[in-house]
Amino acid sequence: MVRMRASGEQLEGVESSDAEAVARTLSGERDAYRVLVERHSQYVYRLAYRMTGNREDAEEVVQEAFLRAYQKLHQFAGNANFGTWVYRIAANYAIDRLRQRKSEDSRREQPKRAADGQAETDALDTMKDRAPSPERLAGSAQLAEKMKQALDTLTPAERTAIVMRHWDGCGIDEIAAVLKSSSTAAKNTVFRAVQKLRLALEPFAEPRGAARAAGTEL
Amino acid sequence: MKHWTAEELWQYREGNVRGREKMAAHLEECAECREELERLDEVFAALDAMPVPDPGENYGTRVWRQIAPRLGEPRAKWWQEWFVPRHLAVAAGMAALAIVAFYFGRISKPTPAHLVDADAASTVRERVLVVAVGEHLGKSEMVLVELSNAQPAENGKKLINISSEQKRAENLVEENRLYRQTAVEGGDNAMASTLDELERVLLDVANSPSEVTPAQFEAMQKRIAERGILLKVRVVRQGLRSAETQRKAEPAEEESTKAKEKNKV
Repeated sequence: MVRMRASGEQLEGVESSDAEAVARTLSGERDAYRVLVERHSQYVYRLAYRMTGNREDAEEVVQEAFLRAYQKLHQFAGNANFGTWVYRIAANYAIDRLRQRKSEDSRREQPKRAADGQAETDALDTMKDRAPSPERLAGSAQLAEKMKQALDTLTPAERTAIVMRHWDGCGIDEIAAVLKSSSTAAKNTVFRAVQKLRLALEPFAEPRGAARAAGTEL
Repeated sequence: MKHWTAEELWQYREGNVRGREKMAAHLEECAECREELERLDEVFAALDAMPVPDPGENYGTRVWRQIAPRLGEPRAKWWQEWFVPRHLAVAAGMAALAIVAFYFGRISKPTPAHLVDADAASTVRERVLVVAVGEHLGKSEMVLVELSNAQPAENGKKLINISSEQKRAENLVEENRLYRQTAVEGGDNAMASTLDELERVLLDVANSPSEVTPAQFEAMQKRIAERGILLKVRVVRQGLRSAETQRKAEPAEEESTKAKEKNKV
């Protein structure tokens, strides 16, 4: 499913030893679970970091994902891929974390906004206004920082969709399964995320006509 | 000249577009669309350039150390639970009791009543199972009704907390799996099929995030409605109830027939 996966015999070997570790854990050998944790922590961490945007939250997501996987191990189908399974659990938990964070942030921001008399606007509209000038974005570190900020303006579902699609090469159906939505909705979510990121990076390029997004005849 | 929309260009980049050759030819000619595509490439290049801090070589070991003290006993698969030493001891005790009962049965005078008792025991077991499945279906129906009747956009809420329904669904999944297996083994295909469908819906709820957006909630309600699972559960429950009522009525009829015969004598 995901890019980090090897192919052929190597993959088969990893999967069979994963299955063995799962079976041993289920038979009461708790330490067998250590093999699975050590083997899959790194890439679950990469997913978690890209979704949460900070190390502390990412590490919490990893721990929680492995704890949940352990508690639900009896529900894990033996013929499935443990890596894919724990990846999904992590993605689901990360969405919950992001939503929780967003609602906490909005609760904190609401009184401030009311005091300033500001109306709530879509992140897509505000992104350009908040953008620093092209000069300030010259370096790649600044570009990365800008992208980080842009990712923070995405909704949890959009962020999950773009992380899964772009970095981990997941199929639309897989994204739909994590987002609990239809394939069409998942595809739209990925595209919405791409559009928001594209607008956020607009200061890098020459201004373009707004008609473009609608595909207007010229 | 008609330019391609940003979405079409994205689909082209993803390789999911029909008429790819036509688009490629257009891109050769149209500098504006080419530039737009390059802009998309820049977005993805910027995403690729985003660093992920290395958690360290021994990160996996560190995670293990952090979670190991919080791990309890893993829950085994339901059939594996029978092989837990405690359960094996109970099973061995029951087997010993059965052997002793069989032995006393052999040495004592056999009467037709014993045969009647065996039949009665089997009937009682079946009734207990019917009652248990009925209760399980009742609980499942309640969760599904609550989810189906909730108003997703109530009070302008941005997120809907379904953690309570999720928890209940998670518990019901386990029970459901057990009853489904029993139905399959007993050859009750109709029951097995309904329980199979119910299990999918329960899993869907159990694996959802604890807080969902109104749109996700509506999608979940739609999935429940589309499968028609509520109606199927109600029909099966009704069938179980009728069968139970009929069973209760039968012994009463037998009793009254016996009493009439006795009176004649």
